[in-house]
Amino acid sequence: MKVETEVEPATEVGPATGAVSDSPETPTIRVVATHAEIDESERIAPAATRAAEPFAVADGEAVFELDDLSCYYGSFRAVREISLSIPRNQITAIIGPSGCGKSTLLRSFNRMNDLVDGASITGSVRYHGVDLYGAGVDPVEVRRRIGMVFQKPNPFPKSIYDNVAFGPRVAGFKGRMDDLVESSLRRAALWDDVKDKLRSPGTALSGGQQQRLCIARAIAVEPDVILMDEPCSALDPIATLKIEELMRELRETYTIVIVTHNMQQAARASDVTAFLTMGDDRAGHLVEMAPTDQLFTKPANRTTEDYITGRFG
Amino acid sequence: MASTPRTQAMTAADVVRRSIEGGRVDWRSVAVEGLLVGLLVLTLGVLAWLLVVVFVNGIPVLAERGLGFLTSPLAARADEAGVGQAITGSLWLMGFVALLSFPLGIGAAVYLEEYARDTWSTRLVNTVVRNLAGVPSIVYGLLGLAIFVVALGDVVGPGSTSGRSLLAGGLTMAILVLPIVIITSAEALRAVPGAIREAAFGVGATRWEVVRSHVLPYAAPGIFTGTILSMARAFGETAPLILVGAVIGGFNVRYDSVLETLQGRYTALPTTVYDWARKPQDFAGNVYAAIIVLIAVLLVVNALAIYLRYRFERRW
Repeated sequence: MKVETEVEPATEVGPATGAVSDSPETPTIRVVATHAEIDESERIAPAATRAAEPFAVADGEAVFELDDLSCYYGSFRAVREISLSIPRNQITAIIGPSGCGKSTLLRSFNRMNDLVDGASITGSVRYHGVDLYGAGVDPVEVRRRIGMVFQKPNPFPKSIYDNVAFGPRVAGFKGRMDDLVESSLRRAALWDDVKDKLRSPGTALSGGQQQRLCIARAIAVEPDVILMDEPCSALDPIATLKIEELMRELRETYTIVIVTHNMQQAARASDVTAFLTMGDDRAGHLVEMAPTDQLFTKPANRTTEDYITGRFG
Repeated sequence: MASTPRTQAMTAADVVRRSIEGGRVDWRSVAVEGLLVGLLVLTLGVLAWLLVVVFVNGIPVLAERGLGFLTSPLAARADEAGVGQAITGSLWLMGFVALLSFPLGIGAAVYLEEYARDTWSTRLVNTVVRNLAGVPSIVYGLLGLAIFVVALGDVVGPGSTSGRSLLAGGLTMAILVLPIVIITSAEALRAVPGAIREAAFGVGATRWEVVRSHVLPYAAPGIFTGTILSMARAFGETAPLILVGAVIGGFNVRYDSVLETLQGRYTALPTTVYDWARKPQDFAGNVYAAIIVLIAVLLVVNALAIYLRYRFERRW
């Protein structure tokens, strides 16, 4: 496959060398090259544009610290050697093209991938310093502390009340359930819509309301982190804005990690963005992670720039 | 000047019109359709003829004897013999099926679908269960004969029954429908979307909590439908019961002792039909009347299953 790629000359090959450049004014040259002809390291991080330093989170501020995390389904590696830190009380967006392992990465944060036959990881995911995949870690408790909102709204086919109350019940909640249900629905900005029909089925709500119900269900167990796997991909723009507004409010209390296919959403709603892409082995890897405004205005990496300007993906 | 292209356009339109308005009859399609309708009529015709014969011969007996036919015990004289014991025996057999194969079958299905990892041994078990559901019922009869009547005869049916007891028949039936219960339950469990399980796991539920609070309740209508149909199967099954001793002579209903009833002789509706069919001509009316009762019960059970399926069906 022929691809047209803009390659910036390395630093020592400045405009002065002119011989390879069509005009001395433009420092870039246009070459047509095949994938194979471009050296992998150059394609992903040309020396001239390499980020000065990787995104760092201050000590004690990191909720998750990933160290060389690779995720496998059987022998297929879906995620390759990712190291990054997720900051507390911020919204971290994970963006990247389809199939680059964003969801797999997210699901390794609360051991949701354990439910898939043949899924395994190497490397480590530390949560407040504790290795989530270490011996003696109870995945059930992990998932209670690290809640999840899914791509398609998936309320239980039960009443709105029972949708919210299920998590606290299995967690052995002893307080007043009515109060907890109300406060969870309020925090999910759904209370006013549903306060008169708590006994009607959650599946009868609109798509956006269902997704807010799922958020209420997630926060009812008082988690520390909320993972969102493309939570707005099945919603219309107005419902999407409501969810984004809600995310900004929830950030005060929770750490949020959101996988999104929608770059505008990441740019609008997140504080920090991680960009993943995949190589020829189809394993996703981290290209760049930076504060969102920086990543979208001054990407340190050529691949990131190509992606956010819509050249691929 | 413009006439040349205009003529060409007309010609093109004519060609199109001729090809789509040709009005030819596709005789091959007509022939195939006629053949298929013919086959359908033939099949339904045979079935209808059977039913007509049964009803024409059976209704007079039912009309004459009324409830008496349903309650009378087996007897040597045709005009005294009824299906009372046969119905009681069949209900006992259904009870065995409900009591034994439902918990075992549903439990096995929950394990296979919700707990077992997808390994070669799980796949082997699934394949074996599927094949067992297709094994002819007479083979289960032989199994029951070998295990319950011969090997365990002294426990299952001591004394004159020599092992051919209600217990032997019930256990055989329970084993016979077990694979069907497992398969239908597993299918109902599989129909519950994975997203529901993920949602429940996502708020910190254990696997058992996910199964108990969500998967099983949502799969229940499908499981009920399948189990009711398996009861209907047990109700209509004949061959294995003949091997494990139904019919050999009446039915001991001992209301004072459940154990003696279980260890005693028994009969069932379809085996009674079989038995009467071999008797002299004067039993012919009884045979048809018993078949009507059998068909009526099966229709009611199947209708119940269909009603439950539509009443509680969940669309995801």
